[in-house]
Amino acid sequence: MIDTFFNLDIIAAAYPIVLAGLLNTILLSLIVVPLGLLGGLILALLASVHHPLVRWPLIAWVDFFRAFPPLVLLVLLFAGLPFAGLELGGFACVAIAFFLNTGAYYGEIFRAGIDSVPGGQVEAARSTGLGRLQAMTYIVLPQAVRNVLPDLLSNTLEVVKLTSLGSVVAVPELLYQARQAQSLTYNPTPIVVAAMIYFLLLWPLVRLLSRLENRALAARR
Amino acid sequence: MTNWDRFVETFFNGKVMLKYLPDILSGVVVTIELAVLIVISGILAGLALALLRSLAIRPINWLIIFVVDLFRSLPPLVIIVLMYFGLPAADISPSGFVSTWLSLALVLMAFAEEIFWAGITSVHKGQWEAARSTGLSFGQTLMNVVLPQALRLTIPPLTNRTIAITKGTALGTVVAVTEILGQASSAMSNSYNPSPLMMGAAAYIVLFLPVVVAARWIETKFAWKR
Repeated sequence: MIDTFFNLDIIAAAYPIVLAGLLNTILLSLIVVPLGLLGGLILALLASVHHPLVRWPLIAWVDFFRAFPPLVLLVLLFAGLPFAGLELGGFACVAIAFFLNTGAYYGEIFRAGIDSVPGGQVEAARSTGLGRLQAMTYIVLPQAVRNVLPDLLSNTLEVVKLTSLGSVVAVPELLYQARQAQSLTYNPTPIVVAAMIYFLLLWPLVRLLSRLENRALAARR
Repeated sequence: MTNWDRFVETFFNGKVMLKYLPDILSGVVVTIELAVLIVISGILAGLALALLRSLAIRPINWLIIFVVDLFRSLPPLVIIVLMYFGLPAADISPSGFVSTWLSLALVLMAFAEEIFWAGITSVHKGQWEAARSTGLSFGQTLMNVVLPQALRLTIPPLTNRTIAITKGTALGTVVAVTEILGQASSAMSNSYNPSPLMMGAAAYIVLFLPVVVAARWIETKFAWKR
């Protein structure tokens, strides 16, 4: 059993391949998380305009991407767009898909955060002479982010996990590399190792989230 | 032919769409089957774990917490790939359908357990004590006093999480499940035309958008009153 699922010889052979995958996963996460945050921030700032002509298209946009599986979006970009003469490559497709998909989720979270800041704060800030944008940047956003920090972290965890979709469009991240190593060695050990790496990498975040969530609930009691 | 005509001819080709419509529809059926199985088994298993955890037996609780953490930190696609490509080495060969179902059900179980548990612990301790002092048993207290209050709190986060995980049925295409995306992809490579993919995308929207809109409504209805 150990020879099949945790074969040390295979680990020794596959180690450079899997390690390269891990580095790419970290790199990919460092790119797509800020992209998603940026997308979310844009949506939330637009939503703070509170005009029906802005509000309804925004809700439609967010709900669309909440209903649309990210893998379908990715395949659509990767396999569909070339028919329109636009060949983007796996990496660019992942970046665009994540900007759109995770941006919608981050946007909802930021919006909830902005809504949670009392209106009096903006009025007070504006009365001291701050502009609209200044009040948003210096007064509202810092408090908003603090209020929804657990949700932001929780979504970031999901985004990092989602980078494994890159394997479908041949981005050489952890899962892709592990599968390559598996087909080279005819042994599932590399995938088991990849799973262990994901677990070790993300477990601290999961623990932290679990504690934050419990604390948030205790505060509501 | 204008650019627009060429665009429609490529992405919304009527002839291709008509030809592959039955395939996409059979994909829709498989997606719905998978989704229903995942939602039912995942939520029930999560509720069962949360109830087991409320018995407060230390070693069991540690095990539950570990299992929940494990399935919260592993990407669903990694679990699916591990089951489908890994388990056969141990002479267990689950089909792609079973791999996808079990993997996503385990993930949903983990998230559901967390949410149910948070709901149960959010009910004030005095409620337990009061119920027990009126002569209700532990089980009766749990079922008639604590759970009704806990479940109300869990509904908004649970619906959101359930939708996000159920969308993951599309991952089944990686392990050859003939759900919507799988059907659409193979139809696309057979016809060398992206119209089936557009149909597949539309099918996902038709299936999931009403659920998302309903979830938005549920969220406001069950929102915590501050």
